Amino acid sequence: MEPVLSVEDLSVRIAGLHILQGVSFTVAPTGVTVLLGRNGVGKTTTLRAIVGLTPRGGEVRGTIRMGAQSLLARPTYRLVRGGLGYVPEDRCVFAGLTVAENLRLAERRGTTPAYDKVFALFPELQRRARQRAGSLSGGQQQMLAIGRVLLNDNRLLLVDEPTKGLAPKVVTEVTEVLERVAESVPVLLVEQNLAVVRRLARDAVVLAAGQVAWTGDAQELLLETALTKSLLGVGSGDSHHGPGRVAAAGKDAH
Amino acid sequence: MGTVILLALTGLGLAALYFLVASGLSLVFGLADVLNFAHGLFLGVGAYATWWAAGNLPGAGPDGFGFVLAVAFGVAAGTLVAVLVELVLIRPLYSRTIEQVLVTVGLSLAGVALLQATWGADARPFPRPEWTRGVTGILGAQVPNGGLLLIVAAVLVLGALLAFLQWTRYGLVIRAGVENREMVTALGIDVRKSFTLVFAIGGAAAALAGALGGVYFGTVSPGQGSSLLIFAFIVVVIGGMGSVLGSAYAAVAVGLLQQFVNYYGTSGLGDICVVGLLAVVLLLRPQGIAGKVATA
Repeated sequence: MEPVLSVEDLSVRIAGLHILQGVSFTVAPTGVTVLLGRNGVGKTTTLRAIVGLTPRGGEVRGTIRMGAQSLLARPTYRLVRGGLGYVPEDRCVFAGLTVAENLRLAERRGTTPAYDKVFALFPELQRRARQRAGSLSGGQQQMLAIGRVLLNDNRLLLVDEPTKGLAPKVVTEVTEVLERVAESVPVLLVEQNLAVVRRLARDAVVLAAGQVAWTGDAQELLLETALTKSLLGVGSGDSHHGPGRVAAAGKDAH
Repeated sequence: MGTVILLALTGLGLAALYFLVASGLSLVFGLADVLNFAHGLFLGVGAYATWWAAGNLPGAGPDGFGFVLAVAFGVAAGTLVAVLVELVLIRPLYSRTIEQVLVTVGLSLAGVALLQATWGADARPFPRPEWTRGVTGILGAQVPNGGLLLIVAAVLVLGALLAFLQWTRYGLVIRAGVENREMVTALGIDVRKSFTLVFAIGGAAAALAGALGGVYFGTVSPGQGSSLLIFAFIVVVIGGMGSVLGSAYAAVAVGLLQQFVNYYGTSGLGDICVVGLLAVVLLLRPQGIAGKVATA
């Protein structure tokens, strides 16, 4: 199957720092592809480069394609209108606006916003429609951030650390929602929580020091405790599953 | 008692003038991060265009509907100049703060020089309806009608701006953009259209200040916009960048403080007290009364 997104030789330089150095990977047209790596390896920078949010003055080189369409050099709002949904790290809801206003902002002219779908996934948002987003809990803000994107049809969702800083119960809720969302739209997910990765991800791309260190089947990666530990700095906790088959494709998997 | 009422109402008249200039300045800075030193030029254009229209535009004049038409012409001229400034000079310079400051300061100086070269450096009598020269008795105070007109206009503009920000799609985009411009674009919205819109709103309000300021002072001069701009900047900082309501509160505080201190203290002491108030606010609440969040 044709990938929904292909990134080739992506390099990003910001304020003199060479953050991404020739990153290449693809995102499958279904399911969740997870972007893994230790802190500071360039996961968020990768998502932001894809959606055109590299800070002004930053230099982006390489190729990013969604289908036949090149994404580089196109303004963010056009990419989003073209079906690239983005849920940023730390939610970024508009604290001074109400929940209803946050959602209304995501509506697009000429399309019918899918409020039914959003409220079916997050009934809490309907109940709190008149509440200011800044007064919501972290979990509710995350639901709002995801709900805002789901109001429109998307060809691909970029979701950056959706469970960061959330209570375990809320992590489970958000994971369940992403699982349901991924049934209808492919997701490129940045996530540190390996339990969430285990439940959601089919494919994995591991970054290390601004380069792709490993790509392959996410579940197989998680079976390899030693490999997971060397790439991510944490064990997958699944050593009892045995060594499994490692689809090492990176430059420096070991 | 009459003196206090008079000082309060003339202070509010001054506050109305500051608010009309500061509200647009605040929205432009809050949304687009542009410190627009050329904002006073919009006021000057509005004043001179009104003055010119009252004498030359068919149907316009110093009285009745003719005066309304002259003011409308002045506001339209100020709005047009503001939009052109945004599209031609500011748009290529977004996120380049130093260049923006240089361009807007240069434009402000050039604008004043152009007005001087065209209509001379001296203040000219402003054509205004006869009733605005009179006074109205309020609780024993004889309050100039020109000041009352400014207060009414500022209250109407405040109400219109709040309604616009609260109830329209563009208002929603502006309020969100003041909070997090990048996230607005990440929702598929071309936020640059809103930049042009806030410049237009700011230009219109400043031009109205120019026209009604002419009525209030009775004259129009090339440097009027620049001198008012200093206090408008102080109002914006005290009120909080991006907050229309904050600008209104701050304008009232600055106008009343100036008027009362200048009367009961020494002339000019009010201006110093305003700077003192600015310092206190910056020390105690650096984000201003209403902070960065746009409030409707």
